[in-house]
Amino acid sequence: MATVLVVTSGKGGVGKTTSTAALGVALAQAGQKTVVIDFDVGLRNLDLVLGAERRVVFDLVNVVQGEAKLAQALIRDKRVETLSLLAASQTRDKDALTEAGVARVIEELREKFDWIVCDSPAGIEKGASLAMRFADRALVVTNPEVSSVRDSDRIVGLLDSKTLRAEHGDKMEKHLLVTRFDPTRAERGDMMKVEDILEILAIPLIGVIPDSEEVLKASNLGAPVTLSAPGSAPARAYAEATRRLLGETLDVTLPAEKKSLIGRLFGRRVA
Amino acid sequence: MNLLNFFQRKPTAPVARERLQILLAHERATSGRPGLTNLLKDEILAVIKKHVAIDPEKVQVKLDSHSGVSTLEIDIEMPVQPRPAV
Repeated sequence: MATVLVVTSGKGGVGKTTSTAALGVALAQAGQKTVVIDFDVGLRNLDLVLGAERRVVFDLVNVVQGEAKLAQALIRDKRVETLSLLAASQTRDKDALTEAGVARVIEELREKFDWIVCDSPAGIEKGASLAMRFADRALVVTNPEVSSVRDSDRIVGLLDSKTLRAEHGDKMEKHLLVTRFDPTRAERGDMMKVEDILEILAIPLIGVIPDSEEVLKASNLGAPVTLSAPGSAPARAYAEATRRLLGETLDVTLPAEKKSLIGRLFGRRVA
Repeated sequence: MNLLNFFQRKPTAPVARERLQILLAHERATSGRPGLTNLLKDEILAVIKKHVAIDPEKVQVKLDSHSGVSTLEIDIEMPVQPRPAV
C-alpha cells in the first residue's frame, strides 16, 4: 500500500527540498518505488536539486489541468531507477492547483508507487495546504532556531486540523527532522539542543542532520548527498532516518563528520 | 570578544528555549489546537457550577503536551462553604 508523505516546515530555507531529494533517493535505493512531487508552483527547485532541470517537459500543473498525462510528466531518475520526479510549474501561480485535481493525481500515483513524497512550499498558503492535504504521514523539518521552531509548531497544528486524515478523525503520524544541527555549538550552549526542540514540539524524532558542507556540494552537483557522498555524515543521517521511516527501530545518533587534523586544531568551518 | 567577555559568556540557547515555551503556550491557546482547551474548560465549569458557586476569574486551565502525553490542568478556587445549619 502506498504512503503519502508530506515534507513541510512553515519556514523557508530550512531544508525541505534538500531533505525531500535526499530521502527520496534513500527510499528508492532501499528498493521502494518512490515519486517526489514539487508543490512549489512558480518557484520550482526540486528538479534542480535532483539534477533533472533540463528534462522537465510537463509538470504537476499540466497533469492537474488535464493538459498532459501523468506518464508524460513523470521524470524517471537516471541514477536510481525506482525514483521518479513530478516537477512544479515555473510559469504559473499557486492558484493553478485545485484540490480535486491534486486528489486525482495522488490517487493515480498511489497505484504506481510505494512512496509519494510531497515537497511543500514554505508558508501556509494554498500550495502548502494542498501538499499536506492528502498526506498519510508528515515530516516536519526544523532548524534549531526560534523562528523555525515557532513555524513548525504552527504547521503541526495545521496537520492536526486541516488534512483529510484529521478531518476524518484519523491519526496523522508526524516525524521531526532536525536539520543544520551543529553539536559543537549546542554543547557550548549557543544552539538549542535536539531535546529542547523535541520537548517544545512534542512529536517523535526521526533524525538529526548535521550542518555540513557536503549538503551544499550536493546541490551544486544536482545529486543529493545520499547519492553523491553516501559516506558523509549528513548522508548517513538521511539513510538512518529513511530506515526509521520504513519501520526499523534505531536509536537516533548524530553521525560525526570526519574532521581533518587541521580542522580539529582550529575547530573552524566554512559554511 | 575580549578575554573578560569570554569568561563571562552566558549561553543563549536556554533563552531561546524559554522564549519559545512562553510564546507557544500563548499561541496554542489562541489559534489552531486551542479549541479543545476552551471547550473542556466551558463544559467542566458548567458541571461544577451546577453544584458550587465559583468565580470564573479564579479558574486556570492549562493544556500541555510532553513527548506524546497531553495533560489538562484545571485549578479552581472554591469559595468557603458555609456550614449547613443543623
